[in-house]
Amino acid sequence: MTVNEKTYTVPTMADMAASGEAPEILFWVGCAGSFDDRYKRVTIAFVRILNHVGIKFAVLGPEEACTGDPARRAGNEFLFQMQAMSNIQVLNGYNVKKIVTACPHCFNTLKNEYPELGGNYEVIHHSQFLQGLIDEGRVKVEGGQSFKGRKITFHDSCYLGRANKVYEAPREVLAALDADLVEMKRVRANGLCCGAGGGQYFKEPEPGSKDVNVERIEEALATGADTIAVACPFCMTMMSDGVKNKNREDSVRVFDVSELIAQGQGL
Amino acid sequence: MEIVQQILFIAALAATAWFITGRVKLIAKAIRLGRAENRFDHADERLKTMLLVAFGQKKMFTNLLVGVMHFVIYAGFIIINIEILEIILDGILGTHRLFAPIITPIYPVLIDVFEVLAFGVLAVCVVFLCRRFIARVSRLQASRHRELRGWPISDATIILTAEIVLMIAFLTWNAADSVLRDRGVGHYGELQGVVPDFLVSQYLKPLFTGFSDTALVAYERTAWWLHILGILAFAIYVTYSKHLHIALGFPNVYFSDLQPKGEMQNMPEITKEVQLALGLPVTTEPDGSQANDNGEQPAEIGRFGAKDVEDLKWINLMNAYSCTECGRCTAACPANITGKKLSPRKIMMDTRDRLEDIQKGWKTNGPDYKDDKSLLGDYITAEELNACTTCQACVNACPININPLDIILQLRRYRVMEESEAPASWNAMFSNIENNMAPWKFSPSDRFNWAEQVNEPLTK
Repeated sequence: MTVNEKTYTVPTMADMAASGEAPEILFWVGCAGSFDDRYKRVTIAFVRILNHVGIKFAVLGPEEACTGDPARRAGNEFLFQMQAMSNIQVLNGYNVKKIVTACPHCFNTLKNEYPELGGNYEVIHHSQFLQGLIDEGRVKVEGGQSFKGRKITFHDSCYLGRANKVYEAPREVLAALDADLVEMKRVRANGLCCGAGGGQYFKEPEPGSKDVNVERIEEALATGADTIAVACPFCMTMMSDGVKNKNREDSVRVFDVSELIAQGQGL
Repeated sequence: MEIVQQILFIAALAATAWFITGRVKLIAKAIRLGRAENRFDHADERLKTMLLVAFGQKKMFTNLLVGVMHFVIYAGFIIINIEILEIILDGILGTHRLFAPIITPIYPVLIDVFEVLAFGVLAVCVVFLCRRFIARVSRLQASRHRELRGWPISDATIILTAEIVLMIAFLTWNAADSVLRDRGVGHYGELQGVVPDFLVSQYLKPLFTGFSDTALVAYERTAWWLHILGILAFAIYVTYSKHLHIALGFPNVYFSDLQPKGEMQNMPEITKEVQLALGLPVTTEPDGSQANDNGEQPAEIGRFGAKDVEDLKWINLMNAYSCTECGRCTAACPANITGKKLSPRKIMMDTRDRLEDIQKGWKTNGPDYKDDKSLLGDYITAEELNACTTCQACVNACPININPLDIILQLRRYRVMEESEAPASWNAMFSNIENNMAPWKFSPSDRFNWAEQVNEPLTK
């Protein structure tokens, strides 16, 4: 692959504020999107889409901090509220109104849990945002890779699906790829967790007969799909590990919905 | 003779009412052990939820066949209450089929409906026993789920068997009654021409044609008494059983969570601490109310999180009494599916067991007695709590909106904030968030480094 000729930019809120501008949306990158090597590629894919369609966006950059979701769910309410209130101070300081994030855990926390602590924003998951762009005709999947005839299965993340009832947006984004969307046995409200939520990502699982992600990947592989689409950084890691566990990394790939759109657009 | 029966009947009725009142008071006292929380808001939405989920059995129909079967028992239970009304009035007044001459044209239709439902309940209870013991539905097996060992399995078997016996008593009672009517015996004969044969019991009449009149009357009386005493005994039994869900299911759904499932409840008593720590103006009192201007009252702060039932909210405790141990939560739980010790059903059963143990303590040691056990540790272990992924599958699966996750999260809070007991890697995650603003050990100043790669080719 050659170096893309286009140049993509990532303005920060600080830059914007300095020049007296206000972005349409704040892109909340999240810890995984900032530090995890695999998920950074998702962040970049989404940023390229935003650049490509000409959305005026900004990120917090170094001013962003963990929302506190894993701390709260593990039981450390004190730490959660410290994070939340610091973040709210920053967000309110920039007068942020609309937030888009690629992490369902950040999405849930910002949307449902920050209001009680003084942070009121319109919070959108990136799959919903992409769906909006596709519906408006601003994103067309052409010029890049073709997905025609490829089997893709979508893994529902708990904090997007059951927690916030977002089931259709990621599926409609995938439908735009013109691929063959195949469903697993447990989907939507009955979807099976990847095994990482509630702080599980940050510790070894309790003893059992199997790891949750292995159970889930068996279900994903049973669909015969060669692409497993996810919409969450934790699901991304857990599904990718599952594919490795089954020695299928040569034939089965895990991608975020925004990566698939970026590929379809040749970004 | 008739008057003796009436007196006995009234005595049985009064004893049942007295007993149930005592049980209801005891259970209400146990539920009130929980912390206060306002669940009387949004009456419209709550009513709508109750109509859909409790009366309409919406979530039961996730599996259509099971939904239909449960609906038959449910409808049978609700509608047969009209028939029980007649039985009770007959018992008190010493009459026989009191309503028949009064509502003659509707009467046979009603009884036909009851009989069809009774037969349906009977058939479904047989199917349910088969599902437990022959088809061996996984979530109902004690061999697979340790929380079901002993009493819970017996409880379920007793309920299903009792319902079958009650329905047989009802149907054969009607059949014996029809034969006596045909023969014109005593007051049975008086209803000749008023009451026809009924839809189901007519097929049972041949069973009784060989009986003498005396034997038939004896059978009719025995079946009548068995049916009504069985129902009264069942009503008492229910207050000790998981089957209490037939009553508490409705309020339990009415008072269930209305906020998005992913929202974890805030702790206002911590908000104040954090606001002070961050040097922000204090906006809330620990009870969630707005601070006074002088804002100096030292507030009574209980435990952070929950160690025992009195630290939980009353709705958590009502949830525990409403749980019918169907195990749909556990069957959907990813931790349980993959062999971990966590079972959301066990969390609910443990909570109820804890409450019942406290009740026993009240009986033997006075109304304020508290033993030195606690829900956390003596009933629910850290290993179970730590296995939860907070995925909400259990919350979603419960047909009556019970929330086992809420209890798990409150117990986790106690372990972490009061006992500083968390897995070592969680403590590492906490300190990373505290020091690096991310759950991993990266420098916060590197947070934006990814932006340097936006114009690099993405390696596959």
